[in-house]
Amino acid sequence: MGYQLSKTKADGIFHQWAKKYDIFAPMLMEGEGCFSDTDIVRYGKVEKLDDIEWNKKSDYSFKEVLLAINETLFYFTEDQTTVPKGPEKDILIFLRSCDLHAVKRLDEIYLKNGFEDFYYARVRERAKFILMGCENTCQSGFCVSMGTNKSDNYDAYIKVTEDAVYMDVKCSELNEGVCAEAMTTEEIKVADVAPDYVTENIEKVTLPKNLSNASFTKEIWQEYGARCIKCGRCNFVCPTCTCFTMQDIFYKDNEKVGERRRVWASCQIDGYTEMAGGHGFRKSQGDRMRFKVMHKIYDYEKRFGYPMCVGCGRCDDVCPEYISYSNCVNRLAKEESES
Amino acid sequence: MTNHYIPQLSTIKEVIKHTDLEYTFRMTFDGEAKPGQFFEVSIPKYGEAPISVSGIGEGTVDFTIRRVGKVTNEIFENYVGDKFFIRGPYGNGFEIDNYKGKELVVVAGGTGLSPVRGVVDYFAHHTGEAVSTTVIAGFKSPKDVLFKDDFKFWNETINVIQTVDSAPEGYEGPVGMVTKYIPDLKFENIENTAFICVGPPVMIKFTVMEILKLGVPEKNIWVSNERKMCCGLGKCGHCKIGSTYICLDGPVFNYVDGKELID
Repeated sequence: MGYQLSKTKADGIFHQWAKKYDIFAPMLMEGEGCFSDTDIVRYGKVEKLDDIEWNKKSDYSFKEVLLAINETLFYFTEDQTTVPKGPEKDILIFLRSCDLHAVKRLDEIYLKNGFEDFYYARVRERAKFILMGCENTCQSGFCVSMGTNKSDNYDAYIKVTEDAVYMDVKCSELNEGVCAEAMTTEEIKVADVAPDYVTENIEKVTLPKNLSNASFTKEIWQEYGARCIKCGRCNFVCPTCTCFTMQDIFYKDNEKVGERRRVWASCQIDGYTEMAGGHGFRKSQGDRMRFKVMHKIYDYEKRFGYPMCVGCGRCDDVCPEYISYSNCVNRLAKEESES
Repeated sequence: MTNHYIPQLSTIKEVIKHTDLEYTFRMTFDGEAKPGQFFEVSIPKYGEAPISVSGIGEGTVDFTIRRVGKVTNEIFENYVGDKFFIRGPYGNGFEIDNYKGKELVVVAGGTGLSPVRGVVDYFAHHTGEAVSTTVIAGFKSPKDVLFKDDFKFWNETINVIQTVDSAPEGYEGPVGMVTKYIPDLKFENIENTAFICVGPPVMIKFTVMEILKLGVPEKNIWVSNERKMCCGLGKCGHCKIGSTYICLDGPVFNYVDGKELID
């Protein structure tokens, strides 16, 4: 159901939602960037519409709402294990189309690849998604190339302009409040609302179609590998990277009590494949670059039927060595067409 | 919804010391498990380690553990009556049916014998179910030999070549890499053979090369891959090779698929 609301009424609706839901959205965090005096846009809990950063793309994706950077799986107390409580409230997540497509990738790994993941599932089943439109393309994204520029599986769409707020609410639970208010006030009108989406990006990416194990020996991997400083930021900003490492910690003041956690992991960092005794695989950065890129555009698709990458471009934005994943993919496609 | 990350407490029933660095821990466990599958064995504070099933008994499961890392070092500090946390079994394991009626050869290096021990033991006890069974097991030196009691029994019912890479002077048993013994193997029908190869990656590589030289079809060869299986559940990503998750799709692979797994 589409609506046009006054800003005041929209704030009121948001306030109502905030009572029932924990609402997570991109926020401008001033001075909290990686370098001094820089800002960062990251997901945080918002209380009002004005808390949301509507214009800048978030530097980190929504994924930390569904998959905490480090998550306690259970507490140890001698022979006992205790699982921490799940979320107390339902969750609303504001996100753009590319990221909403990434939710499907997270679901694929955490709900379908083998057993359903207890911790992911209990957050995921309480989450609803609110689409933020894209009137203009971002600098580095290539969602059109990846077919992720458009989404219709949102629970609600919200657009904020100078004079009004537009909503398209599909979820009946979210719609209830809006609909009831619309009956009583002129400030909420039923309207046709369709999400904004981009139809052309600055970056255009062509996927190579004939990758295989034979692609492992390409020089391009070592070339990028030579520049990589194995910081792993590309993995951490990626909305589709799902790897983690198990970790036990114990409390200093009581050595019998501790917890087992999982923490985000990066396939670009030393130790990712290292087994007890020190034997590891993919020791060169070039091989790790190849592993990552092939996973995003080839290996995942081979297993699940569609590419993993959603074209958000965050990995290109964050790389301190200016390694461009999108450029790498384009070069692979170009090499293919020339051979 | 089941929480697969929660381990169960398991008590050490017996510790069998093979060498200074390798013990078998017989642990309480009620449930089904197959040779070649693995468990995540853990001690709070030290973390989890993927360990192969080296034996299955009434209400017990065996883990033959080599003392090489943070978790395994701590495991060795424990004795009968102590407890570990375990969760599993994970992975596909070996299908005994694949080897019935075949001329079976098992080639194992060091602790690589653990995951395949159950298969060897099955055919040593059911000799009629395979045309022939041969085990070629290689260890670093005579003091590194594992499962000595098993070898005594296997020697009576199946063909055993137990070799060491190097030995002090005066040692009477076979010396040399496992690959040395492959060219001499004789078969009634090469098409009806089955090979299982488990051990360090380098050993697998050269062993498979030798096996293929005999004219054995690729589909007759099975390998078991070790990787860093952090969760065992297809989530953490550490064991992924290409589109394959070793913890879900393996660790046992027919060589037709296994040869495509390049890290």
